[in-house]
Amino acid sequence: MFPKGTKRKFSDSGEEPVSSGDQVPAAPSVATRSLTSSYSLQRQSLLDMSLIKLQLCHMLVEPNLCRSVLIANTVRQIQEEMTQDGTWQIMTQALAAAQCPTDRLVATEVLCRQTDAAAQAGQSPKPFSVGGLEEGYHAEEVVMEGDVETEVTMSTLAPVSPQLSSASYLAGPFVMGPCWDEDEEEEEEEEEEEDGECEEDEEDDSEDCVSEGEEADRDHLSPDSRTGEQVFGTFEIKHPAPPPDPALEELFSDVDPSYYDLDTVLTGMQSAPKMGPYDLLESLSSHGPTALSSSSSCRSDLNELDHIMEIIVGS
Amino acid sequence: MGEDTESPKINHTFLRDYVTEADVISTVEFNHTGDLLATGDKGGRVVIFQRETESKGELEEVGETGDSGEYNVYSTFQSHEPDFDYLKSLEIEEKINKIRWLPQQNAAHFLLSTNDKTIKLWKVSERDKRPEGYNLKDEGGRLKDNSTITSLQVPVLKPTDLMVEVRPRRVFSNGHTYHVNSISVNSDGETYLSADDLRINMWHLGITDRSFNIVDIKPANMEDLTEVITAAEFHPHHCHLFVYSSSKGTLRLCDMRASALCDRHAKLFEEPEDPGSRSFFSEIISSVSDVKFSHSGRYLLTRDYLTAKVWDLNMDKGPVETYQVHEYLRSKLCSLYENDCIFDKFECVWNSSDSVIMTGAYNSFFRMFDRETGRGVTLEAWRESSKPRAVLRTRRVYNGGKRRRGDVGVDSLDFTKKILHMAWHPSENIIAIAATNNLYIFQDRINPETQLQ
Repeated sequence: MFPKGTKRKFSDSGEEPVSSGDQVPAAPSVATRSLTSSYSLQRQSLLDMSLIKLQLCHMLVEPNLCRSVLIANTVRQIQEEMTQDGTWQIMTQALAAAQCPTDRLVATEVLCRQTDAAAQAGQSPKPFSVGGLEEGYHAEEVVMEGDVETEVTMSTLAPVSPQLSSASYLAGPFVMGPCWDEDEEEEEEEEEEEDGECEEDEEDDSEDCVSEGEEADRDHLSPDSRTGEQVFGTFEIKHPAPPPDPALEELFSDVDPSYYDLDTVLTGMQSAPKMGPYDLLESLSSHGPTALSSSSSCRSDLNELDHIMEIIVGS
Repeated sequence: MGEDTESPKINHTFLRDYVTEADVISTVEFNHTGDLLATGDKGGRVVIFQRETESKGELEEVGETGDSGEYNVYSTFQSHEPDFDYLKSLEIEEKINKIRWLPQQNAAHFLLSTNDKTIKLWKVSERDKRPEGYNLKDEGGRLKDNSTITSLQVPVLKPTDLMVEVRPRRVFSNGHTYHVNSISVNSDGETYLSADDLRINMWHLGITDRSFNIVDIKPANMEDLTEVITAAEFHPHHCHLFVYSSSKGTLRLCDMRASALCDRHAKLFEEPEDPGSRSFFSEIISSVSDVKFSHSGRYLLTRDYLTAKVWDLNMDKGPVETYQVHEYLRSKLCSLYENDCIFDKFECVWNSSDSVIMTGAYNSFFRMFDRETGRGVTLEAWRESSKPRAVLRTRRVYNGGKRRRGDVGVDSLDFTKKILHMAWHPSENIIAIAATNNLYIFQDRINPETQLQ
């Protein structure tokens, strides 16, 4: 569908992504690929689709690990290609530009605490990885109440703007719940109470893999960015965990919610001014594939989203 | 199901279908003689069919040799029950993922059945006699009054109605964290392997509380996970060799004599990627859904999403044969990714002489490929379009070019009717095809024991 390395004919950007994707257009060279909006659009829609698939793993039965791995690899591949194109950089730069200084500082400080070493290791972005909760992996989720409705709301907003949905679902897979790694033996010193609550609260809902967050995290952020943050309600921010309670660890040693390493995704954007996760939303909406919606219309979408989030959260 | 003997005029393939009571069939397997056929379904049930033997007189009349009998239900039992993992708050499906028969050693039959987590060994035995003439008990089982016993008699065995008893003999539990996708009985007759997404364990059939881990591809950091195990099988003759396939399209042949943990393969079979056809879906469609050794042990048959490939164990650079199962789907990969069909796991099978391979497709179609000619044929397992004892006609999928009558257009394929599970009789040209909740058994009457033409 998106073969690389061969000349590609220009196809109308008005074409429906799926059908045009079903033809076999030759992909342009790296330099010109990003300029072909149709290809970018198709790639973006594929990314959206993949993220939705990863997020919507229903939690009644453990989801198929093979399928999840294959989808995650696809997302990684798209991300790598977008990085090569410079599209990813554009997105992150836009994110940075749009971001409020205060929030960025707090967010990036929180984000980068864990991964500074990794970020400095290389400028090239770390590949998108799907992870379980392993040793040394400290996670803390910021979640709001009524996250079930959140997910539903976001999905209904998806058709509004593909970039929007992509961003909003970028957060989704990061809270997969215990559907990825179920290992009993090792790690889990970072296991926290939220995970336990997640387990207890789990019902027949896929969104239940989102666990209750800590109030403290929300307080870190200024009111402006709060809605953005709430959009990523299920987004997880990593920072060193407090000294773990050994009893709790043991109790939940089996529980191993898996989280995508959003950290490494964002680490890839370190070359640009650092930004927080919610920046991704805005940047994707305003700097996504060209020839699509303008910033203003995306802004209005954002405002609408923010508004809905506020209602849900009851802020 | 009670078919009378067929007339001598009909000597082509005939069709018969058996409708199971409920649920979708999830695995099909002949035993080593082909007399028994076991199916497992999503409800955790196992149904065993037995081949009826026709009387000799009829056979001679018709001029055919060998069994031409039909398969009738022999036994049904509940193998696995739905379970719940309390620690993770997740259900464990009772769906039977695989059934494998043990080679028969005595009058009883043994089979292994597995769901996502637990493997069970079942003993299937017949009872058609009962002892009569006890000295101390009467016919009803009540103790006799001692004063009425005047002589000694030897109890005799009298025939009774046939009873089939199925009993669980072993339960191999707690061996797997991830979902078991394959089990394979070793040629040594004592051990078997079970493979899940990340690990392969070796069990002894007599020991249930311990298993030996022989492959572990779980990364130290689960975030680095990019590849999972999709299928595994022991070599049919060499008890130290086994192969496992991965989601990246690689096959690894492992030798258990080399080391205890076979993380390092003895041979890696991988086809180099064609850079010209690379797309975002390349990796997904290269994921191997099934791997089978040939009966000879010389070749491997693998199935990925669009093709079936035959590999020579002596050559790891690439397959020796590649068969296009449904190449017309290559331009539809995005839609198939959207509706998740691209993740369907099709099985593949060899015929008894390793000259024909067979695999399933969509729209109730399945494909057979003759290895010598390289030609493939499309057949359909669908009740509406064929009657019992009718000749199975070949089908064609129309994808441009000249359209013939009866061709099916690519866009009118029914992707909900997928033929995922199938089995080929070990010595005859009889195949069992599972189509959702229906089981189809086809026989080649022209050439019951030679290769298909």
